[in-house]
Amino acid sequence: MYAFEFKRPATLAEAVTALGAEEAQALGGGQTLIPTLKQRLAAPAVLVSLNGIAEIKGICTDDAGRLCIGGGTTHAAVAKGAGAYPALAALAGGIGDPAVRNRGTIGGSLANNDPSACYPSAVLASGATIVTNTRQIAADDYFQGMFTTALEPGEIITEVRFPVPMKANYQKFVQPASRFALVGVFVAQFKDGVRVAVTGASTGGVFRWTEAERALSANFSAAAVKGLKASADDLIADIHGGADYRAHLIGVLTGRAVAAC
Amino acid sequence: MPKVTMRVNGRQVSGEVEGRTLLVQFLREGLEMTGTHVGCDTSQCGACVVHVNGAAMKSCTTFALDLEGAEVKTIEGMAAADGSLGVIQQAFQDHHGLQCGFCTPGMVMSAAALLAENPKPTEAEVRHYLEGNICRCTGYHNIVKAVMAASGQDVSAIAAE
Ligand SMILES: Cc1cc2nc3c(=O)[nH]c(=O)nc-3n(C[C@H](O)[C@H](O)[C@H](O)COP(=O)(O)OP(=O)(O)OC[C@H]3O[C@@H](n4cnc5c(N)ncnc54)[C@H](O)[C@@H]3O)c2cc1C
Ligand code: FES
Ligand code: FES
Repeated sequence: MYAFEFKRPATLAEAVTALGAEEAQALGGGQTLIPTLKQRLAAPAVLVSLNGIAEIKGICTDDAGRLCIGGGTTHAAVAKGAGAYPALAALAGGIGDPAVRNRGTIGGSLANNDPSACYPSAVLASGATIVTNTRQIAADDYFQGMFTTALEPGEIITEVRFPVPMKANYQKFVQPASRFALVGVFVAQFKDGVRVAVTGASTGGVFRWTEAERALSANFSAAAVKGLKASADDLIADIHGGADYRAHLIGVLTGRAVAAC
Repeated sequence: MPKVTMRVNGRQVSGEVEGRTLLVQFLREGLEMTGTHVGCDTSQCGACVVHVNGAAMKSCTTFALDLEGAEVKTIEGMAAADGSLGVIQQAFQDHHGLQCGFCTPGMVMSAAALLAENPKPTEAEVRHYLEGNICRCTGYHNIVKAVMAASGQDVSAIAAE
């Protein structure tokens, strides 16, 4: 790891200022960034820890009934505190292992947008809103491909607002060595339709499986997606599974998620 | 160099560190407390697990400066003042929960975090909770048995010695 200056501001305003410096980078829980720094794949001159900022931690419900989670909230805190959205709490409780969950944050996970990460599927399937220090971004505009998002340099995720569906479930096929999703499917049923988001599968990162959404909006049952096959085009093929296998898993996991709703 | 102050096993400690100094480096090299191990240094193995403000964390994946004012507990804090083993440590010894011992500090700290949260876990819950702690020697059975025993449950029916 190359040397850097470490800053630990106590307020969002101070963090924004600190991140204005040249080659400054935010540090969330560090569960992705610290291994990256060790590999020298990132080499910021200034690392600005968001861990001391109380105003971006915590969980509440807003007037519109949305579950609002601070960007610096750990996976463990969401697993424990997101009881109003059980499928989301369960997803957070299934990330990595207990030590990772005690440190890793929702903001860090979404900023990173790993193609195999769990949270992006919940955010996209819920039609959540990502709130930063400068603006609000709809989930459909936020994810822009593997490790790529709508965030500008220095922009901080301060909150994520989740509309709470009537029914929802996340099915994760765990890649046992990394504990990430080999494929993960998040199904959310709202009054006005069903949204299905798939992670772990595509070279383009998390995506909505619109065929399944249409079928499930017409008939919310596992049978409605039984014969449906996701396209293997642009799916990830690696030593853990081919594109065809991942395509197959998408169908199976979608069915399981609906059945578990 | 910046200075960090925290409490480790109830003792106030401080030292000069670099921005990039990891908690585990501060513990092992700064405080010369070598009980906490580094197995992988890539956040995978859990040998370096300590408690920070009561929660299990990987000390190889946390910066010392990020823990200003924190309460840290390491494996050195698990034994009694007279050096006698704590309940979990004793159970690992009694049930042969270690072979080379490299993973043991992290295993014991994770087990302690589990039992603090869930004092009477099932065998499946123990296995699930220890997912982030890798052991290359024991095959895990005796570790699970030791944790079950440490929780005061009857382990005579659990196989493997
Ligand atoms: C062993 C292991 C298993 C894991 N398993 C899973 C899994 O099953 N599923 C899963 O989804 N993830 C998994 N992860 C990743 C984990 O969830 C990380 O916590 C997460 O990806 C990154 O969050 P962080 O808070 O640690 O961010 P960091 O590592 O600190 O930062 C990641 C990136 O986000 C930026 N950043 C951080 N916070 C913010 C913010 N608030 N606003 C803007 N930018 C920010 C940083 O600058 C950096 O670029 C695993 C990690 C490990 C080590
Ligand atoms: S040394 Fe920290 S997880 Fe392996
Ligand atoms: S006892 Fe050797 S690694 Fe666990």
